[in-house]
Amino acid sequence: MSDGRGDNGDRGEAVLAIFQRGADFTRELLAENERLRTRINGIETRQQEAAQSPGDWDKLRHELIHRIENLESENRDILEQLQQVESENQQFAERYIEIEEENNNLANLYVASYQLHSTLDPSEVLRIIVEIVINLIGAEIFCVYVCPENANLLEPVASEGADLDQFPEIEIGHGPVGEAVAQGNVVCSDADGDSGVALSDQVPIVAIPLRVEDLPVGAIAVHRLLQQKAGFSALDHELFTLLAGHAATAIFASRLYAQSERKLSTIQGFIDLLTK
Amino acid sequence: MAEHRILIVEDSPTMRQLLLFALKRLKNVEIVEASDGMDGLRKVTSDHFDLAFVDINMPVMDGLKLISLIRGEQSLEAMSICVITTEGASEDRERALTLGANEYLTKPIQANKVLAVAKSLLKID
Repeated sequence: MSDGRGDNGDRGEAVLAIFQRGADFTRELLAENERLRTRINGIETRQQEAAQSPGDWDKLRHELIHRIENLESENRDILEQLQQVESENQQFAERYIEIEEENNNLANLYVASYQLHSTLDPSEVLRIIVEIVINLIGAEIFCVYVCPENANLLEPVASEGADLDQFPEIEIGHGPVGEAVAQGNVVCSDADGDSGVALSDQVPIVAIPLRVEDLPVGAIAVHRLLQQKAGFSALDHELFTLLAGHAATAIFASRLYAQSERKLSTIQGFIDLLTK
Repeated sequence: MAEHRILIVEDSPTMRQLLLFALKRLKNVEIVEASDGMDGLRKVTSDHFDLAFVDINMPVMDGLKLISLIRGEQSLEAMSICVITTEGASEDRERALTLGANEYLTKPIQANKVLAVAKSLLKID
């Protein structure tokens, strides 16, 4: 009998152990189930987020495209501005060169004008005219004529590159120089200062009339330029105009001053004679 | 105190004034004038100059004589010389350069050329 009770006890313990294992297994299954549920929830959440991303990406892509377009547009604007600045720069550089040239020209004109009016001595005025024609115009052979009072002719008074006696007197209105003085216009010719022809027979390269208003005062006839001088520049033409007016005024003023000095000294002589 | 001293040796007052006008645009430069070669020689031997503009055809002493005297003086060898003349022939140029001129400009001159030569010889930017 006791063996039977003992067998039943063992069986009972075995069944309990089986139930226990079953219960453990069931608990494990429940824990696994819970873990899987959590994992599925995570996957679903990520799926939802993933489902939202393409839209965001598309939006972002549009924004980026828009930004690129803006940047390209800005780039084009900057390039246009750069080209504009470069063009302005070029214009400024050209203008600078022009102003620089103008400045140089004005320096020459200022110096010529200043020198012409720096003296009232007729011989000094003539020397300055000669200096200007040599140094500022670059003439090698030329003659300066003056018109004596109440005479219709031009008398050579100073020359360079040739003796004065090679330049004959000129009647106003006759020949290129005489006509230039009569008309009051600077006359330039294509003559090349042919050295085989006598100066008196040569047509001057330029004839500059010296006049105070309509009154002829003299003339400058240039027959040859210095060998390094190829032709006349814009500055030379300005100098011709300046000489035509200012040299004439300087000669006229110095003559008047010399006359007045002579008269003054004569009057002073008379006064001295009468008062002594 | 001027950084550089320039001497203009030229008998024509017109040219002297034009050179003065051009060179006055340089900063820290003192400019002295001489009316002929002898006057120029007196000035270069009694005072320091970095550069001299010398005309060739001058009374009393011409420019070539002045250049040869300057180049014969050891104490003046550092001074640069620029010739300004009406003589445009290549042999005149060669003669002046052989005597010791550093530059050779022919008349009629332009102020900007004078300025450029002065800057180059004085090594001014």
